[in-house]
Amino acid sequence: MSEWLPIADIAASVQSGEQTAIELVEKALAAIVKHQDYDAIISVLGDRARARALEIDKLVSSGKNPGRLAGVPFIAKDNFLVSGGKTTAASNILKPFEAPYQSTAIKKLEAEGAICVAKANLDAFAHGSSTENSDFFVTKNPHDKTRVPGGSSGGSAASVVLGIVPFALGTDTGGSIRQPAAFSGCVGYKPTYGLVSRSGVVAMASSTDVIGPLTTSVEDAALILDIIAGQDELDSTTITRTKSYTDLKGDLTGKKVAVIKEYMAEGLEPDVQKQIESAIEKIKKAGAIVEEISLPSLPLALAVYYIICPAEVSSNLARYDGQRYGYSAPDAKDLDESYELSREQGFGAEAKRRIMIGTYVLSSGYYDAYYKKAQTVRTKIIKEFEAAFAKHDLLIGPTAPTVAFKIGSKTSDPLQMYMNDILTVAANVSGNPSISIPASESEGLPVGLQIIGPMRGDAEVLSAAKAIEELA
Amino acid sequence: MSKLSCEDVLKLARLSRLKLSEEEIKRFQTELSEILGYVEVLSKADTTGLEPTYQLTGLKNVTRKDEIREYEASPEGLLAQAPAKQDNQFKVKRVL
Repeated sequence: MSEWLPIADIAASVQSGEQTAIELVEKALAAIVKHQDYDAIISVLGDRARARALEIDKLVSSGKNPGRLAGVPFIAKDNFLVSGGKTTAASNILKPFEAPYQSTAIKKLEAEGAICVAKANLDAFAHGSSTENSDFFVTKNPHDKTRVPGGSSGGSAASVVLGIVPFALGTDTGGSIRQPAAFSGCVGYKPTYGLVSRSGVVAMASSTDVIGPLTTSVEDAALILDIIAGQDELDSTTITRTKSYTDLKGDLTGKKVAVIKEYMAEGLEPDVQKQIESAIEKIKKAGAIVEEISLPSLPLALAVYYIICPAEVSSNLARYDGQRYGYSAPDAKDLDESYELSREQGFGAEAKRRIMIGTYVLSSGYYDAYYKKAQTVRTKIIKEFEAAFAKHDLLIGPTAPTVAFKIGSKTSDPLQMYMNDILTVAANVSGNPSISIPASESEGLPVGLQIIGPMRGDAEVLSAAKAIEELA
Repeated sequence: MSKLSCEDVLKLARLSRLKLSEEEIKRFQTELSEILGYVEVLSKADTTGLEPTYQLTGLKNVTRKDEIREYEASPEGLLAQAPAKQDNQFKVKRVL
């Protein structure tokens, strides 16, 4: 559906003066209006985007190069701090919040000439797999308005698939980039944990949170990663980067690819299974050595995640107290009641669930049985991945067990909703890089193929993904 | 794990600084019990000889030079977000 050229070509056309940045921004802003019934966008940064576009056009006309993303419009998930507008994380408690500083990822993109035109919808605080947990509204799937786009980066995925912008930024804590990419039909990349600075992004579960791009091609995802990756003084968890992520070697010959047995098991929709099997056949024909592998602890990753994630959420969301920024309950009598009422009225049901589960598993008496046990099973999962990557270059499987489901069909059962993350969480628990690329369609709805690589094997994952993308 | 009692939920809500409604208490009693019941599957996992993994990068004591730097967020910008302020300070409700 997207009508945008590859990102490098868009930037080249602005650098050469063939197109202007303001034309591109107007095109994106018009597309936002055209597709507003999909509810992908929380706020539009029209004035800010136009002003930046004019600056970039001025640079070009004075003979300067605005950068590798000259004039390229993009959308950021609304948990990225961007100046000149609100950053809500799709939550009522942050509804009035205007960021006094910007996230490192946004600064790096804008330093290369990219222009943030809008902020996209998400499950509030990125807690969810469908955008139905947004405190504001539900985003619709670009292929079928009665279905969810996936989540939590659902607004970002829908924006890319609808062709509003050439790329969007998302965050992936348990699958929140890859799963909406699979449900909506685009590329979603989760880098190795620590590769991209999270400074200025609303924290969810700090030991698994990563930032990554949603794009229409692997090449575009690689370009965006190349710009945002690297150590940052403002995020002490960042790791060193590889020199380049854009030199993709698109050849599968001799590549050792293993299909994860546990991901092709019961619970997978038969048609999703069929589409993934047909993708595997194509990968074999392209010259890869494909085997099956068992990682027996992987089915435990979801339980590990739903202990670690709420534990870290309960801690990260403690800062929303109604005193320093965000929503504050007007009718509180004293400070303690101000905390309790601001949080009660400002948080949605899912945030409350995670805060309380996290508080429970971290409390004395339960800490060893839940939290410490989960972190130890995490070690077991990491060891299984390490053993797998000692023998294989890449692991593959579906991104999600189903295609996009109907809006409202899972909202009454939180545990059922958690099950959507069952195939994506393991790479978050372990930190491995992972991508979802469109494999094919099942009755008009996209199916995503997931590729997982060894730690810091981002360039390898992207190279293989590009080769597989070309087979489709 | 047995089902969380009403008192358990109230205690968690209090620790989490959430003033839940009656309806929420009932709802969370069921939902939180179900989630905790699900994650209990881990108790059967054999983790003999394994240490917990609390962080993934292995980085330790990341420091920088202790020197004054310019930062884009200004005190005024930060204070501008305050729900209530007075004399360049955050204003809160009475404590006692």
